[in-house]
Amino acid sequence: MSGFSRLLRHPAGLFGLIVVAVLLVAAGVSLVWTPHDPVFTDSTRRWLAPTWEYPFGTDNSGRDIFSLILAGSRVTVLVAVGSALGAGIVGLLLAAFGALTRRWVRESVAVLIDVLIAFPTLLIAMLLAAAWGGSLLVVIVAVSISFGVNIARVTRPEIRTVLAADYVLAARASGIGSWGILRHHVLPNIAPIVIVQLSWGMALAVLAEAGLSYLGYGAPADTPSWGRLLSELQTYIGIQPLSVFWPGAVITVTVLGLNLLGDGLRDVTDPTLSEPATSAGGNA
Amino acid sequence: MSLIVDNLRIAFGERVVVHEVSFEVAPGARLGLIGESGSGKSLTALAILGLLPEGAHASGSIRLDGEELLGRSDRELARIRGARVAMVFQEPRTALNPLRRIGAQIAEPARIHEGLTRAQTRERGTELARRVGLPEPTEILRRYPHELSGGQRQRVSIAAALSAHPRYLLADEPTTALDVTVQSEILATFDELVRGSGSGLLFITHDLAVLSRIADHAVVMSEGRMVESAPVPQLLTAPVSELGQRLLAAARRTAFRPGGTE
Repeated sequence: MSGFSRLLRHPAGLFGLIVVAVLLVAAGVSLVWTPHDPVFTDSTRRWLAPTWEYPFGTDNSGRDIFSLILAGSRVTVLVAVGSALGAGIVGLLLAAFGALTRRWVRESVAVLIDVLIAFPTLLIAMLLAAAWGGSLLVVIVAVSISFGVNIARVTRPEIRTVLAADYVLAARASGIGSWGILRHHVLPNIAPIVIVQLSWGMALAVLAEAGLSYLGYGAPADTPSWGRLLSELQTYIGIQPLSVFWPGAVITVTVLGLNLLGDGLRDVTDPTLSEPATSAGGNA
Repeated sequence: MSLIVDNLRIAFGERVVVHEVSFEVAPGARLGLIGESGSGKSLTALAILGLLPEGAHASGSIRLDGEELLGRSDRELARIRGARVAMVFQEPRTALNPLRRIGAQIAEPARIHEGLTRAQTRERGTELARRVGLPEPTEILRRYPHELSGGQRQRVSIAAALSAHPRYLLADEPTTALDVTVQSEILATFDELVRGSGSGLLFITHDLAVLSRIADHAVVMSEGRMVESAPVPQLLTAPVSELGQRLLAAARRTAFRPGGTE
């Protein structure tokens, strides 16, 4: 628990934590309640300015923008969590293959990682969408592959460094097995990096979902999504400029929050970065 | 019943780095392996545990109480490492995992081989910490390695190596990386503990003065070959090999300082 309380005292980390908490609460609440039906259209209520009843105003077909954003957070959470899980699995498997196997397998995996990293997320998503049509699953798979490769690229050398460390040799001389080395030495050493990467990966997943939904490859037409909302409203930026601000702002704040949470986690999970404890006495 | 290294040869591909080295360590016996850096001393010790670096190949024979160790699988060797043959390394700054508390590392071989519970591991850790003379034995288990001095960390490594009561202990220059004043204290603790445990000791060093305090018999290695094998008193008075003579001359130069105690 000391790690968590240190995160609460880390300003950037705390901000990120609050953003994530608000996002989760918003997604949860939207499952059972939104101020208005987010997909209900009413041509008599088009382009209403923000009021208590419609805090963010209404859009071109009279839908309540606040309700749309609340409901859209579900897609954001789903894509962020799904992508983080997928990227974590893809990344750690690739990194393990690239670090723990025979030399020629290791080096082939390293080349594969370098090749895959050259593919933009958007391109992977569009290839997948061309084959299976646009859906949220396509977004999650695309993000899992491209960020998974990213995680593998960052953690693979780290695993190699840990395995080459004197303390791993010492642990092996103590009779520890391969599983013990992974659990007690490799995982604790790469966990901070992976956690930070996952947090940043979620931020990029939110952006990717927004971007892909904006282009029409992501959420289906009847599912409220921030990216889709942004693309719909930006057509009318001349009529009601404020309306475009809301989806843009929630995307920005969410991405910023996840990035800062990653920074905070990185700072508090590394004991060598924490305040030095009192010196343990003499030299012997 | 002893640890026998017989005609051990270690090669990286075509390049042979250890040539036909043979010696024997009985339980309770104390053998020194002395030579300059790069003479193959550490590789010899690592070969006993089957921990040679990738690409190195050992041939010959290494027998532990009659059992051949060369050619055994890593999994079989893991059951022997720490339990029957343990090792203390040279560099206390890197031999402990910086992210794990001392309590998790000081009794690691005992935890692995005796299947200790969390509470038993803590108890054993406290006992070990006290035995190797660490201050505040209960408190120190909650610390991380970077919060300890070099000497304290080496005491942790020594405690860990002895935690599962191995019959043989390999020590690779365990005091070389320490300050001279600390070196002497650690050597005394080490000497006392190994004597108390009755383990057979293979002590690697480049320093004849250190060797003379610890070992009874010594093997001198130069460029991967054994050049001399003699009781320590003889090595200290009349070394036969050229390297033995040079080591003695070097030890004399450093030992006869003003106020020296040797």
